[in-house]
Amino acid sequence: MFIEVGHFALILALMVALVQSIVPLVGAQRGSAAMMAVAKPAALVQLGLIATAFAALLHAFITSDFSVVGVYQNSHTTKPLIYKISGLWGNHEGSLVLWVSILAIFGASVAAFGGNLPPALKARALAVQGMIAVGFIAFILFTSNPFLRVLPTPEDGMGLNPQLQDPGLAIHPPMLYIGYVGFSMAFSFAVAALIEGRVDAAWARWVRPWTLAAWTFLTMGIGLGSWWAYYTVGWGGYWFWDPVENASFIPWLTGTALLHSAIVVEKREALKSWTILLSIVTFSLSLLGTFLVRSGVLTSVHAFASDPTRGVFILALLGLAIGGSFTLYAIRAPRMQGGGLFAPISREGGLLINNLLLSTAAATVLLGTLYPLITEVLSANKISVGAPYFNSVFLPLFIPLIILLGIGPRLAWKRGDLKGALDRLKIAAGAAVAVFAVVLLIQGVRLADLGGAAGIAMAAWLATATISEWFERVRLNRPGAWARIGNLPRAAHGMTVAHLGMAVLIAGVSASQAWKQESIQTMTPGQSVNIAGYTMTFEGVKDVQGPNYFAAQATFIAAKDGETIATMQPELRMYDQPKQQITFTNVRTTFTSDLIAILGEPQGETAWVTRFYYEPLVPFIWYGVLLMAVGGFVSLSDRRHRVGAPKRATAATAMPLPEAAAAE
Amino acid sequence: MADSTASVPAPRARRWPYLIPLVAVLALGGVFTKRLLDVENGLEVTALPTVLLNTPVPDFDMPPLPGHAEGLKSADLKGQVYMINFWGSWCVTCLYEHPILIDIAKSRDVPLYGVAWRDTPEKSIAWLAERGDPYDKIGQDPNSKAAIAFGVAQAPETFLVDKKGVIRYKQPGPITPDAWRNDILPKILELKAEP
Repeated sequence: MFIEVGHFALILALMVALVQSIVPLVGAQRGSAAMMAVAKPAALVQLGLIATAFAALLHAFITSDFSVVGVYQNSHTTKPLIYKISGLWGNHEGSLVLWVSILAIFGASVAAFGGNLPPALKARALAVQGMIAVGFIAFILFTSNPFLRVLPTPEDGMGLNPQLQDPGLAIHPPMLYIGYVGFSMAFSFAVAALIEGRVDAAWARWVRPWTLAAWTFLTMGIGLGSWWAYYTVGWGGYWFWDPVENASFIPWLTGTALLHSAIVVEKREALKSWTILLSIVTFSLSLLGTFLVRSGVLTSVHAFASDPTRGVFILALLGLAIGGSFTLYAIRAPRMQGGGLFAPISREGGLLINNLLLSTAAATVLLGTLYPLITEVLSANKISVGAPYFNSVFLPLFIPLIILLGIGPRLAWKRGDLKGALDRLKIAAGAAVAVFAVVLLIQGVRLADLGGAAGIAMAAWLATATISEWFERVRLNRPGAWARIGNLPRAAHGMTVAHLGMAVLIAGVSASQAWKQESIQTMTPGQSVNIAGYTMTFEGVKDVQGPNYFAAQATFIAAKDGETIATMQPELRMYDQPKQQITFTNVRTTFTSDLIAILGEPQGETAWVTRFYYEPLVPFIWYGVLLMAVGGFVSLSDRRHRVGAPKRATAATAMPLPEAAAAE
Repeated sequence: MADSTASVPAPRARRWPYLIPLVAVLALGGVFTKRLLDVENGLEVTALPTVLLNTPVPDFDMPPLPGHAEGLKSADLKGQVYMINFWGSWCVTCLYEHPILIDIAKSRDVPLYGVAWRDTPEKSIAWLAERGDPYDKIGQDPNSKAAIAFGVAQAPETFLVDKKGVIRYKQPGPITPDAWRNDILPKILELKAEP
């Protein structure tokens, strides 16, 4: 019964979305306030309806109603509650319902809290949001309906892929989707601005918080996914340049660029058409990610079960959304010339280089991801593009980016003082050189050591530059520093924290690339293996019965300098529902490095394949991601970023005098 | 049409750069459409490449492992039926496959060549020293040059080459005793029977 209500609510939501995408748009063209005013109630009602659909589906999952196909295929009575809930979005149909729910939340937030947006811009942006909703709800209803019933009702479900039964992965999709879908706001505002034919500082001020929120969640989502791959999958790594990973990373790169270019629009009224383009591109890439995962066009370890009919539908949807917006862009953007001259040595100049590097990086990753597909379609040759390509093209782009990241925040708007900035960066440069030397002293001077040391030196450069910039800004050594810390906009603190996070992340990646150690062997009980100064002694394997699996559990004693420091018990699990074997890794962390033990296949009577990894500084990657996300949230809490931005800004856009808003 | 604006002194922006994104998207859309149609017409995306089946072995010349006299080159795969196995000391499934390869080598049913794929010579040597060396010849392929030419997607992977030097069979993943008995050995006998 509930499920039919949910189904019906979703059909109604489609109707409402249709109204929302047409009436306010026509109203904005005709200048009819009444028609434009439809947008707000439509967006709110749409949220109510989609929330009803979501709740109905959630109810079915929690109560294990196996008469619903989606529940039958992805859940099981013996599953813990959290995985019953995450089973909702652990499959194609349900994840789309989550997708449109988040879309509706974003739309309704603009409707509810965007009271001081110019009515026409608000109406158009919400209409565009409505169009996206129409596309995706139709996609759900016509090709991927999660509300279908099975008759007769099966006794029990087929279960969720055991590898997905993990707390990190349970919340990974919602985070990622908030990120993906959040970029739809920037997209809708960009398309609205193109229709309107005007972009100004106020526009950028409205777009920035949405972009920032999306970026923050996407950062967390990618981080969680990577964390999951690292500590559960047991491939011994955190990033594989897999197409699906790249699909989330590419919009992150352009989203990061967008975050920075929108600042230039807000402060300097420059880079307007570029920022519009980035807004469209970032959301388009998010859609492309959705398409790649679901259409069966690319092969990946993470892909959903695919179905070409769906592929055709999403491709058509993508064609309309992306093709349509770029057509609009081609027609309207040439008229959006930015004001203000551009000095190369200035904050905006630095941000421009940041944008060039980030978007080049995004294009490179996109090319690497799609290249195998393109060559296969055009020439029937199968090739694979792997980590060596990505690593070798990424590094030359990221090194200048990191160096610039230390300098940029010290340059003033309009005319920066490069010499002065570099003068004050002597400490950072000194720190980098010192760290480089110290690391080499500790580690030795092989080629790999040089790379690792250089990476950590870059991290030291960025961290020192970032922290010292903050110190100088609040003049910590003078009286009244506390007041100055309080007076400094939260966005400035956020920037410092996020950039610091980047530094920490770089340290983690560099060290793990350079000094990771691994050892794969066959062991019989009683044997020991040495790795990175640890002695791993194999005690044996015993059988263990878990709640919904049966496992072979190995015991290893990890010792350092003759002293036992840990007992590690990785397992090889065989899940009941569905029948699937997975490795359950055991990670022992010292918070600066990880020791990982993995139990592989048995070899004869008592011998087992075992794998050990020593991962130096990998925890820093997670700290870095966390810091970036915290930076995002701190910045979001800035009063000026709220949707209820200062009234002055509204007044400024109501008049055709955008310069007034920028003159802060 | 926009070219004529070059003579106009007004600083009106050129339009064509703004068309680039649209053109790029349309091109990409075309690629995706063709791919989807291929998939609908029965192309299996996950299927490993079959293009190399029934084509001559690609040209390669791989250096030997230290302590071995000879490496492996395409000319070595002519005149009789050969089996060529891609492996790496980093590959866990290869651990599983190795004893089976040793048995195959003992049976002398077919000459077995090995490619040490994406590995350091030291690790390859250590692997063979510890587990025995089933290979008649071994070449090093640290940069995947040969692996890409063969369309190797994973390790281990094994190919059968006929007397004319044409790739005739591919075993993706490890050779299991079943696969050896039911698929590979019959294929070897079939290829040996060919003129």
